[in-house]
Amino acid sequence: MNALQAVCLLVVAAAGTGTVLTRDPLRQTLAAAVFGLALAVLFLAFGAPDVALSQIVVAGVAVPVMVLLALAKIRIDADEREEGEEG
Amino acid sequence: MSRRARLGLGLGSLAALGALLAWAVLGLPDFGHPRGPYADLAPRIMLEERHVTNTVTGVTFDLRGFDTLGEELILFVAALGAAVLLRAQRTERRAERAAEGEERRGPATADALRALGAVLVGPVLLLGIYVVVHGALTPGGGFQGGVILAGALLLVYAAGQAVAVERVRPVSLVEIADSVGAAAYTLVAVAGLVFGVAAMDNVLGFGTQGSLLSGGIVPVLSIAVGVEVTAAITLILTELVDQMLIGGRR
Repeated sequence: MNALQAVCLLVVAAAGTGTVLTRDPLRQTLAAAVFGLALAVLFLAFGAPDVALSQIVVAGVAVPVMVLLALAKIRIDADEREEGEEG
Repeated sequence: MSRRARLGLGLGSLAALGALLAWAVLGLPDFGHPRGPYADLAPRIMLEERHVTNTVTGVTFDLRGFDTLGEELILFVAALGAAVLLRAQRTERRAERAAEGEERRGPATADALRALGAVLVGPVLLLGIYVVVHGALTPGGGFQGGVILAGALLLVYAAGQAVAVERVRPVSLVEIADSVGAAAYTLVAVAGLVFGVAAMDNVLGFGTQGSLLSGGIVPVLSIAVGVEVTAAITLILTELVDQMLIGGRR
């Protein structure tokens, strides 16, 4: 293992811990995306560029967007329910 | 369960998981010294017999192309399922809305986001196409490029008002592209049966190593998967955006 790989592993460990310790779902989605991108750099450092590309598109695009849309839906529904209770 | 018990249980299972993980990692073969002949054989077969320089895509679309056929159909069915389930609900709600005489409006988008989105759409689109068509040559392929292309369409959402996109949104085109991608992959698999000796047989010419059309069916399948993944992800995201807008009363 070379120095770059060791640094990447440490960054991934830090980003993973940070993701778990982030409690707000909105912030956690972004933290998870950063964690995913750190993993992509790790895969690249270990000589797997194809896996790194898949990791970037899944963790950087597909999953955050779906989670963010779900969060937006939940928030809007909750707002509507409140309005309904008030009215 | 008390806080102390939960903490003990959490730390205990974490320690057990960590020990198992460490045990597994210590048992891995040394880096660059894989067990078995496959890791050495696959690149040689792809390069010498298929003229494919990117072994990973070569294995995905040729040696293990049958597995990829299954994965492709899984994504197809998943997108279909999401569309069918969410759309039934949408039609009901839309009828309600029409009865109430309400206009559906998307959330306002920041100007900076719209400008950035508009600037990025072109380059991201180009990058996606590049990754899809160069699957047999350089890292990437249909799946990665497909999601990048879907991301470019997502930028259109970010750059414009969601409702404006809804008016021009080519939903039927996306659905057709989804089906065409899945059908093209299946047809290539069947072509092996008809023109070759088995399903997924690589029946096309292998071309010059390093050229865009090298690898026989590998670039063809890469493009088929690219079309299918772009359409499937776009379809799922479109339905999710619609779900978000259905509830939106602003």
